[in-house]
Amino acid sequence: MARAVSTRKKTFYTIAAWAVGLIIFFPILWIFLTSFKTEAEAISDPPSFLFFDWTTENYGVVQERSNYVRFLWNSVILSLGSTVIGLIVAVPAAWAMAFVPGKRTKDVLMWMLSTKMLPAVGVLYPIVLIARYFGIYDSYLLLITVLMLINLPIIVWMLYTYFKEIPVDILEAARMDGATLRDEIIHVLTPMAIPGIASTLLLNVILAWNEAFWTLNLTTVNAAPLTAFIASYSSPEGLFYAKLSAASTMAIAPILILGWFSQKQLVRGLTFGAVK
Amino acid sequence: MGSITLRKVSKSFGATQVIPPLDLEINDGEFVVFVGPSGCGKSTLLRLIAGLEDVSSGMIEIDGADATLTPPAKRGLAMVFQSYALYPHMSVRRNIAFPLKMAGVDAKVAEEKVTAAASVLNLTDYLERKPGQLSGGQRQRVAIGRAIVREPKAFLFDEPLSNLDAALRVNMRLEISELHQDLATTMIYVTHDQVEAMTMADKIVVLRAGYIEQVGSPLELYNNPANRFVAGFIGSPKMNFIEGESAARHKAHAIGIRPEHCALSAEKVAGAWEGTVEVAEHLGSDTFFHIETADKGVLTVRAIGEFGLRHGDKCWITPDESRIHRFDEDGKTIG
Amino acid sequence: MATQHSRSAARFMISPAVILLLGWMLVPLIMTLYFSFLDYRPLRGIFDCCVGLENYSRFMGSSSFWDSVTTTLSMVGGILAITLVLGVLLSLLLDQPIWGQGIVRILVIAPFFVMPTVSALVWKNMFMNPVNGLLAYLWKFMGLQPIDWLSEMPLFSIIVIVSWQWLPFATLILLTAIQSLDSEQIEAAEMDGAGSLSRFVYIIMPHLARAITVVILIQTIFLLSIFAEIFVTTGGAFGTRTLTYLIYQRIIESQNIGLGSAGGIFAVILANILAIFLMRIVGKNLDA
Repeated sequence: MARAVSTRKKTFYTIAAWAVGLIIFFPILWIFLTSFKTEAEAISDPPSFLFFDWTTENYGVVQERSNYVRFLWNSVILSLGSTVIGLIVAVPAAWAMAFVPGKRTKDVLMWMLSTKMLPAVGVLYPIVLIARYFGIYDSYLLLITVLMLINLPIIVWMLYTYFKEIPVDILEAARMDGATLRDEIIHVLTPMAIPGIASTLLLNVILAWNEAFWTLNLTTVNAAPLTAFIASYSSPEGLFYAKLSAASTMAIAPILILGWFSQKQLVRGLTFGAVK
Repeated sequence: MGSITLRKVSKSFGATQVIPPLDLEINDGEFVVFVGPSGCGKSTLLRLIAGLEDVSSGMIEIDGADATLTPPAKRGLAMVFQSYALYPHMSVRRNIAFPLKMAGVDAKVAEEKVTAAASVLNLTDYLERKPGQLSGGQRQRVAIGRAIVREPKAFLFDEPLSNLDAALRVNMRLEISELHQDLATTMIYVTHDQVEAMTMADKIVVLRAGYIEQVGSPLELYNNPANRFVAGFIGSPKMNFIEGESAARHKAHAIGIRPEHCALSAEKVAGAWEGTVEVAEHLGSDTFFHIETADKGVLTVRAIGEFGLRHGDKCWITPDESRIHRFDEDGKTIG
Repeated sequence: MATQHSRSAARFMISPAVILLLGWMLVPLIMTLYFSFLDYRPLRGIFDCCVGLENYSRFMGSSSFWDSVTTTLSMVGGILAITLVLGVLLSLLLDQPIWGQGIVRILVIAPFFVMPTVSALVWKNMFMNPVNGLLAYLWKFMGLQPIDWLSEMPLFSIIVIVSWQWLPFATLILLTAIQSLDSEQIEAAEMDGAGSLSRFVYIIMPHLARAITVVILIQTIFLLSIFAEIFVTTGGAFGTRTLTYLIYQRIIESQNIGLGSAGGIFAVILANILAIFLMRIVGKNLDA
């Protein structure tokens, strides 16, 4: 258990860990800092770290030129929309599999996971064709559907592992106490399942937000989220470091904050319960 | 009211029969303990009575009415689970009130009942806490409180004390016994601990592999076990079993003698069994000797208080002939 | 607890998810399979049915296919090696008593949440640019000739970028696994006279074996389909054309649907082989 550690050792480890942590974090910090520089300062030699004239003009320019808010709105719609619909489909399924397991439950779960491993590029063209055929290319409907489907296995799995941890005893107690299925769901299961559902929501919003293959290939303007917004900054605009940084900061900041909240659930969610 | 009758009740999971058809009569107000080694089907039997499992065949009657197909909540029974199964997101008050709320009891009446139950169970100061903030014994009481407020026809306990430490277990045992005295409601209690069975039960049902080995009061089982299994299971330390020549002399395949029914002597006694002390366990009030004998294996003998024998000492054991149990080859008691 | 009634209710609750995923998997896959037997080039108006296995033989026979396989393997292998070795070291370090451990964890995990297009663009322009990139300054500062990373060593550069994104994932999983190790086991080993190296080799590594396998499999599945990073940085040039990217180019850029679909089917088979291994591990855990 917890043992007394000499302060010297702890100091050493602390310095080492902070150094490594800061190196890994540095690119993000650098983006953040650069976003407040003028273009000239952004490429000054030697680079300036903190002592420059802080300015927020880049943010204004980025918004003006490429309508950041619109892309942000699309990202929000797509990631939240696909996750919420995914949850609506997945909650009953995960529920049934966790509480009324049958002989095939395990196979169904494994099969769902296997669809996640289908290489996207292998089915890209058919999806494009289908989208064009129905006239839904570059639409919310298409993107929300696709993002929902690619994340559905993860949503089902995460919920399943959470539901699995709710002791069956408690459900039986509720039944002995006279709760109907409806009471059971409202008064016992839902309050106990909410933390699991919340973390599933969080992680999948993040995954959908950062998804780049489908969002780049299935959108042009209307439904294009921040991934596409940033991709439009490849050269020559990318050489305007300050503006690129401002755009990048705006694209990653919301999700970085969400991500920090969900880091505990991340392991479980992405390893399908294989590592706890 | 709270009499329960099982008629030819059986339970199979897939192809495995956990409980072969059995009959059992539980009278109103009785404290019945199902006891047996783990895997003997005692918990399954309880869950069948509760309605948490469907019976594979047979009939369950509660107060004379067929309840075989009645859902758990409608059977009028309350259950205390091994894990307590408290609702972690509800306060103690709401946990105890939950069954009343489900039954649509008026909030004011419910409040009174909860308060009454809490005061009986010494939970009054903890009503606003969540189960996570309670000790094991307190959680146990909340689980019991949740059962009491329903005023059930019978209480079902599924190994309720197995998660408590030894001292607390003794306390809770007493409290449950007192509760039974006060309420005079039927209680069915599942345990693998024969001490709990002996101390609490009006009637003990000994189960092995789904079969009822014997039904009777604690002293009946102690004095007149129906077979070798019951004889060995009831009583602590365990009964000594001796086969071979000594048994043959009693015209039996095996004989059994309880450690407390043997007299021990440091001097040679005519007709006594000779042995050497292997281990002496000193409890203060008693001493248990494990004695190696030439032809009867290791025997356990209980002596009152201290007894001046030590490892390696020779000694002589005189069994109380009237308390010798005789068993045939199938382990059945020879009458 | 399961009664006949609840069984059928359960089936009803599962079916929407199953039907959706079944459709998502089967419909496009069957179409791709169908296209892979066609000579289908919509830009030139060619749609010839049933060329048999010609697409497959052409796809696999071309040198670009084998180059892409080599590139894919080097890329995935390189990233795995970097993230695993650094991940193990980093997780061991983070498991030590540290002031502000929570904050360090947050710093380390951050790159995982950065959008792939952002990290690719930022690395490309702000770090790896031979003139104004931060690495160029660093090289100049050390008196070295700045390197044009993405044209001189493009594969390595992409490996670095992607490793930066995935190192947090590996670290976090390995750290979780290390922390689940019963500390009494370590103490028992200590009592048995094991030094810190032996403890690492005989106790910690075997305990991590499963987590490492999981990291390898999950990362491989994601890494095989790396797209945005290549799309934004090199566009598949200079020997960074992975199998995924090659198929993408055949289908989207040269609009040779038949050929690309054959490649797609090949990628699906490859992913399935890997998937089987991952499923075994996850499945075992499901029983426990």
